[in-house]
Amino acid sequence: MPLWDWGYALEKLPDLLRALVTTIEITLLASVLAVVLGLLIAVVRQARIPLVDRVLWAFVEFIRSTPLLVQIFFLYFVLPQFGIALSAFVVGVLALGVHYATYMSEVYRAGIDAVPPGQWEAATALSLPRGRTWTGVILPQAIPRVLPALGNYVISMFKEVPLLLPIGVIEVVNQARELGTQSFRFVEMYTIAGILFLLLSYPASILVRRLEGRLANI
Amino acid sequence: MDNLPRIVEVLLEGLPETVIAAVGGIALTIVLSFVAGLALLSRSRVVRGVTRVYVEAFRGTSEVVQLFWLYFVLPILVGIQLVPLFAGVLVLGLNHGAYGAEIVRGAVQSVPRAQYEGAIALNLSPAQRMRRVILPQAVVEMLPPLNNLFIQLLKSTAILSLITVPEVTRQGREVLVPNFGPDIVLIFAAMLVIYLVLAVLITVAMRLAERVAAAKVGRRPSEEARLGATLGAGAT
Repeated sequence: MPLWDWGYALEKLPDLLRALVTTIEITLLASVLAVVLGLLIAVVRQARIPLVDRVLWAFVEFIRSTPLLVQIFFLYFVLPQFGIALSAFVVGVLALGVHYATYMSEVYRAGIDAVPPGQWEAATALSLPRGRTWTGVILPQAIPRVLPALGNYVISMFKEVPLLLPIGVIEVVNQARELGTQSFRFVEMYTIAGILFLLLSYPASILVRRLEGRLANI
Repeated sequence: MDNLPRIVEVLLEGLPETVIAAVGGIALTIVLSFVAGLALLSRSRVVRGVTRVYVEAFRGTSEVVQLFWLYFVLPILVGIQLVPLFAGVLVLGLNHGAYGAEIVRGAVQSVPRAQYEGAIALNLSPAQRMRRVILPQAVVEMLPPLNNLFIQLLKSTAILSLITVPEVTRQGREVLVPNFGPDIVLIFAAMLVIYLVLAVLITVAMRLAERVAAAKVGRRPSEEARLGATLGAGAT
């Protein structure tokens, strides 16, 4: 048995690519959740409502300090106890989305803090309503600056999708494992899985770096 | 609630493995970060190129893939089966070392140019320049991001459960969940608290290191570092 069988590798490539599509789907859905929820947390925390602020702070720190894998198990095993039965796919999107929302909320916060106080004062002087101040003045200045950081988190999220393997999501690594188990050809499967990740995340990180350079000139 | 002592007991049986994985991983990360970080600044194109390949390969692929590759593929290729815990420490170190390398590189580059020039004017050798002048200042810069990296590493130790290392997550998942089904909320809550405590311990240790490093170059620690050391604030 040769160490590397090209025929076998090519034969199974479509299966792996299909699993890669699942991985990308989860990444994108979780990104949407994280981007929206993260912004929400950041904006609410900016209001500094006494108790709410403490609770959100504790929530963010707790989620960020504990393993994503354990959070995935938690959602997968605990939610059914309360009568909420979700598919592994949905649990994956939720777990990744919430985990990264806490990271992103800190990124947004840094972006919001970087908006000069004069902008807030001007909005008050013009007696803009609170909603307009956010949507018309603060966020349009804060968000472009944090786009590269958000992009980097999306890339990290993509690389963390394989953590959904133990709850049975057929993403790339899980697919590679199943195919490998059938044929005892793990070399090809895991190597291709690794290369697929690299092929997507490396160009993506170069794009983010370019975006960073472009935003630095503004 | 009655089962809580038993649950905690079983989880804590996995604590040594988690701690060994985290401490071993952090030790390897520190070594690799410095070696690769300085290599990224090397004058030799070859050294820079090889290091770049290492850094991008480990940052560009999923940690789970790296773990499976080392644990399942390497034995087929070279005929050496690694002990699960050792494979885990190796992957944690190699993966986070690649991220750490960028932190070290950035910190060394952030030391003001005049410090290099001053060291050259004093006729220090390149090694002395690095060891006596540049690194002590760079270390102060790199400690806060390294704190984040080490907490990431701690959290990553949970993936060792996928290659049968009996650490905290595996104890919970494989031993407790099948036996204490009704107490599932408690099991996972206890698990998360254990990780939270470990993360806080890392932060406290790093804040201490920040103060020592800052004092060594004659600086006062930043306001945030002092506040953090007293509060033991979590990951930042």
